[in-house]
Amino acid sequence: MKRRWLLPLLLAPLLGGAAPTMLISDLSQARIEIDTTFKGADLLVYGAIQYPAGARPDSAPDIAVVVRGPAQPVTVRRKARLAGIWINAEEQRFESVPGFYAVATTRPIADLADDRTTAIYEIGVDNLQLSPAGGDADRSFEAGLIAEKRRAGLFQEASGGVTITRGVLYRARIALPSAVPVGSYVAEIHMIRAGRVIASSQVPISIDKSGFERWIYVAAQENSLAYGLAAVAAALLAGLTASLLNRRD
Amino acid sequence: MDLYLPIAEMSVNALVIILLGGGVGFLSGMFGVGGGFLTTPLLIFYGIPPAVAVASSATQITGASVSGALAYWRRGQVDLKMGLVLVAGGLVGAGIGQIGFRQLQKLGQIDVVINIAYVVLLGSIGSLMLRQALAELRRIRAGGSVGSGGRRHHPWVAALPGRMRFYKSGLYISPLAPLLLGAAVGMLTVVLGIGGGFIMVPAMLYVLGMAATAVVGTSLFQIIFVTAATTLLHATSSKSVDIVLALLLLAGGVAGAQLGVRAAQRLRPEKLRLALALLVLAVAIRLFVGLTWTPASLYSLDVL
Repeated sequence: MKRRWLLPLLLAPLLGGAAPTMLISDLSQARIEIDTTFKGADLLVYGAIQYPAGARPDSAPDIAVVVRGPAQPVTVRRKARLAGIWINAEEQRFESVPGFYAVATTRPIADLADDRTTAIYEIGVDNLQLSPAGGDADRSFEAGLIAEKRRAGLFQEASGGVTITRGVLYRARIALPSAVPVGSYVAEIHMIRAGRVIASSQVPISIDKSGFERWIYVAAQENSLAYGLAAVAAALLAGLTASLLNRRD
Repeated sequence: MDLYLPIAEMSVNALVIILLGGGVGFLSGMFGVGGGFLTTPLLIFYGIPPAVAVASSATQITGASVSGALAYWRRGQVDLKMGLVLVAGGLVGAGIGQIGFRQLQKLGQIDVVINIAYVVLLGSIGSLMLRQALAELRRIRAGGSVGSGGRRHHPWVAALPGRMRFYKSGLYISPLAPLLLGAAVGMLTVVLGIGGGFIMVPAMLYVLGMAATAVVGTSLFQIIFVTAATTLLHATSSKSVDIVLALLLLAGGVAGAQLGVRAAQRLRPEKLRLALALLVLAVAIRLFVGLTWTPASLYSLDVL
């Protein structure tokens, strides 16, 4: 994760010339708290393009905004028919699958840059390096994984999702579903001109449970026996209360 | 009314979950089944992760059974001695089931095993119950009296060593029979997230040959203790008990169970058994269809 970042950051000044083009970026919320009423959130990634010596070119550049969550190992299983019944037959493990990945771009990804460039910067769900264990020869498991993640709203691609105002200000809205995993996120913003990334910036985001949700979650993780006993007690109490309330007959 | 569940890690419509609990609770009170065989698949269908659905439905069954069991207790329809023997077996079975559950999870076959187990269990028990219920109805229509001479325990039960008197059940049999029955059901409670009443009730009637009046109350009594133990097992090992989800289900469930008990008192027992048989068979058929139809997606993800 860290090393992936080093490369574009080191290259950015070289590609941009002596006085590089800069991206100034910010978020509507740097910290998203999951509370009882959380049903997903809209994250606004916005900022400005700072050209060297204020020299704004005639045509607006392209911007790609990538929001990615913590990487997790994932096992993908494929069902096959055995004696008329669908069972999990084959499986493929992927070592680093982002728990959440959304990309918004000004144009379709294929038109932004060549495949090599989008692969290096991991722009687009098909360009994610998911590290299949032992290799996923025909990439069918990868396709299955991406389809499932998309269905859950945890992988998103929005071409035209970034709007640029007066060639300087850009913004993108990313919808986080309620099932978004908690952890450290990062928003990566790439500015692309003539098929090359000429400036990048990144902003960290943290998503965590808060208040009651956090309290319950921590209790279940750290004092699991007490939590289990409390769950049983609460269930019994609810049952007894109802029973007493109904004791009319 | 949207509510975020802290363990399931998703937002649900609280009203839908409460109504789901209420419907299942009604059946719980009426038939003496925990209703887990409906709750768990319905929760998974709604989108709750299977592990959370199994664990939390066990918690909800504890609470839902309490009001039902108390109602039967007040009517003197719980055989305490029989219940304790069943619980002892159930705790052993739950422990064994937990080990099996972990193994199947590792192999990635837990979902398929759960589904096949449901189909086999519900299918065979459902058809057995249907046959019995229909035979009984025919006998009544022919002018015979209910259950006369039909109630006796299975020859295998008589062959077991040692005998104990169970007064309310009207039995003088080896305690090993209910102990083994309890263990088998306890195992299923952990793996399938069910109370096991739909297996327990017919087994008590047709294998042990218990008096019909004590069957439902005693089954509920056993369910309370075994599901409580299951909650503890899941809470400490997989940490997948969602207390908020369980309480939502209960809010509807406890109310539904009371209504169910009252409805059951008004209905003829043989009709009740016919209805339960049809319900169990319907769920079995639905699950079987689900296993054989080409799934919408061939792939499933397991985040480690």
